Amino acid sequence: MKVRVDRDCCEGHGRCYAIAPALFEPDEIGESREIGDGAVPSDQENRARLAVANCPEQAITIEES
Amino acid sequence: MGDHQPVTDWTTDFDPTDDVWAADPYPIWEELRESCPIAHTDRYGGAWLPTRFDDVAAISYDTERFTSRNVIMSEFRPPVQFAPEGIAPPITSDPPYHQDARRMLLPIFSPQAINRLEPATRAYCEELVDAVRGHDVVDAAEQYAQHIPVRVIAEMLGLPESDADIFRGFVNHVIEGVALPLEQRAEGMVELFQYLLAHIEDHVANPRDDLITFLLESELHGEKLEPFDVARTIALLLIAGIDTTWSAIGAALWHLAGTPADRERLVAEPQLLPTAMEELLRAYAPVTMARLVKEDMEWNGCPMKVNDWVLLPFPSANRDPDAFDRPDDVIIDRQVNRHATFGLGIHRCLGSHLARMELRVALEVWLEAFPTFDLADPAAVRWSAGQVRGPRTLPIRVIDRRHTS
Repeated sequence: MKVRVDRDCCEGHGRCYAIAPALFEPDEIGESREIGDGAVPSDQENRARLAVANCPEQAITIEES
Repeated sequence: MGDHQPVTDWTTDFDPTDDVWAADPYPIWEELRESCPIAHTDRYGGAWLPTRFDDVAAISYDTERFTSRNVIMSEFRPPVQFAPEGIAPPITSDPPYHQDARRMLLPIFSPQAINRLEPATRAYCEELVDAVRGHDVVDAAEQYAQHIPVRVIAEMLGLPESDADIFRGFVNHVIEGVALPLEQRAEGMVELFQYLLAHIEDHVANPRDDLITFLLESELHGEKLEPFDVARTIALLLIAGIDTTWSAIGAALWHLAGTPADRERLVAEPQLLPTAMEELLRAYAPVTMARLVKEDMEWNGCPMKVNDWVLLPFPSANRDPDAFDRPDDVIIDRQVNRHATFGLGIHRCLGSHLARMELRVALEVWLEAFPTFDLADPAAVRWSAGQVRGPRTLPIRVIDRRHTS
């Protein structure tokens, strides 16, 4: 599983990096980016789904592999 | 507030300054979502009130047809010449100007920058709690919640904390004084800008490590900001940073005071606080924004006219059953919670990370000091009217942990 932040949609609410700090991090203006290549360790899959479900801008997608 | 006639029909004559709305707007919005999802009023020169999540979201995203030239509904519509900056950029700005004005401020309000303010915020909260220890009844709005954002924002901006009463006067005037006659409203604005310009001039002469100096040294489109430009943005941060957070802290304490099961659970499981906080923010979102219609058009069947107001009641959107499961239940461990409390789209609340930090620290310190508390007099609780809603009188009976242990 991989997560990806659509940087055009992200407005920096910060819900994803609060819910899943191992998967997302804020840039210098508080907008989010996935950490590394967005790969989700198996113990973080639930958090990845919660990040998607809580993003007010619906800016996060999951690619299932 | 003001001299408006009481509302008798919420579908055709709504008014957010009405006493019934101030006391409890949720039943009004629920009724409207079902029977008349976009209400209208002739007050304020004509205004619309969408109450469903999807409509509030669509208008928030549509910066082509709705302008932010003014975001607080009153009789005053700033002339078109105020665009794209608006009175208090970037909240009153439209694209493309908006992006650069906002970009200038975002690093100061990033989570990393806000984290650095947490120790001082915690110390303020502890001071406030210590000041009321030993009292049986504490007004959690007046003696606690209201002071926290004032102190934090004053220090951040570079304004004297001792002017707290002056700030609150301005905030009250701008947000709750919307029904005042135009002239009286303008006088208040002049006072606000005179106050700010005096402090800004002082910062020009004596630069220091705060936001006023930062803005004075900032450039937008290759030009230094003029003192008046700085004043406009400082006015925004002062007004937007105070009674919004005050309301969120107060509403959270009000809920916990009236809901022992939730209070006990948070005391027992402090790690639940971040999740619980999002739910309290959803259920009691303080802020309703406004837009102006750019030109005559039909929107979702409504004949909108140029310069009609459109309110964006985020707290109503957050209670829409089409967007949230059991929307009127406060479920403090709610996992899926895509609330719109801080707005949606390009105007997402600039201070949301600051507000969350203040709310979290305020609740942590309160719950640590007073794990047992309830509403001393539910009938005495008074909520603010208008576009920012929160408790302004909130008598809470507290049992000091130190006296019971």
